[in-house]
Amino acid sequence: MALQEKYKELIETANTAGVSGLNIREQDGVLYIDGSTSGAVKQQLWDTYERLDPNYASGDLVMNINSVAGVTEGTKLKVTTNSSNLNIRKGPSTNDDIVGKAARNEVVTLVNKANDQWWLIKTDQGEEGYSYTQYLTPLA
Amino acid sequence: MKKSMNRMIAALMVFAVMTAALTGCKSKPKDADLKAAIETALLANPATSGAMVTVNEGVATLNGSVADETGKQAADRAAATIPGVKSVVNNLTVTPVNTAAPVVVAADDALTAAVKDATKDFPTVTATVSDGVVTLKGEIQKANLQKLMMVLQALKPKKVDNSQLVIK
Repeated sequence: MALQEKYKELIETANTAGVSGLNIREQDGVLYIDGSTSGAVKQQLWDTYERLDPNYASGDLVMNINSVAGVTEGTKLKVTTNSSNLNIRKGPSTNDDIVGKAARNEVVTLVNKANDQWWLIKTDQGEEGYSYTQYLTPLA
Repeated sequence: MKKSMNRMIAALMVFAVMTAALTGCKSKPKDADLKAAIETALLANPATSGAMVTVNEGVATLNGSVADETGKQAADRAAATIPGVKSVVNNLTVTPVNTAAPVVVAADDALTAAVKDATKDFPTVTATVSDGVVTLKGEIQKANLQKLMMVLQALKPKKVDNSQLVIK
């Protein structure tokens, strides 16, 4: 219960901002928060988290907020890598061969979601393969 | 005198029995019908579906347990609004059900592979996985920390330990 007290503001924000499937529980000294919401609310929650636990240093919270659950096939996605090109792979893991690349800020199309980490995408040049969702941001 | 008295008593008794029978037929739903109606109402609401009801002479008694006080009151109202229910005895207990899904921690092999993919874009960070705990070492720009933590915490780790990570 102490952790729910520490992250009270975060939990209240999650409750009021509208997080679907919100699931909050504590186990072995770690608080787990799961749910789905919009990108803006996810950002708000993470900023609150960082304020309550600077640099996320305590390691007492695992927050898994999915902001891409509602993204549907055919959605345009922008490549948001830090600097490099985005690899497009034959299968949904880094062990699979690279079959193409998408440049930073290029817009690609979601074909389907293999899982939360890997999506099958298609570039405007017709290259198709799996890319890591971390580097794909849905265009609103 | 005695005879007419007896006749009068008899007449009164017949009247009383008839009145009772008539009013009984007219306005008192059977307890079983009330019970069925209340049960239907209770089952319609997930918050009250754990409640059980018995009805005796129009008095509904609620037993069992519901998850919260709201459910307890909702069950009370649901029973009280059924026409023919005279009163409600609410014996419901509130037992918070742990509806939260259990914490699922990814298996180390899958987690290790996922962590490797996730940290690829942060070459100055090294990550190891043991018993679901992701331990980060090396260094990272503060501006990138949130992004890294967002990605790692989405992989269903037991915890993410960045106490050995140098944040610049």
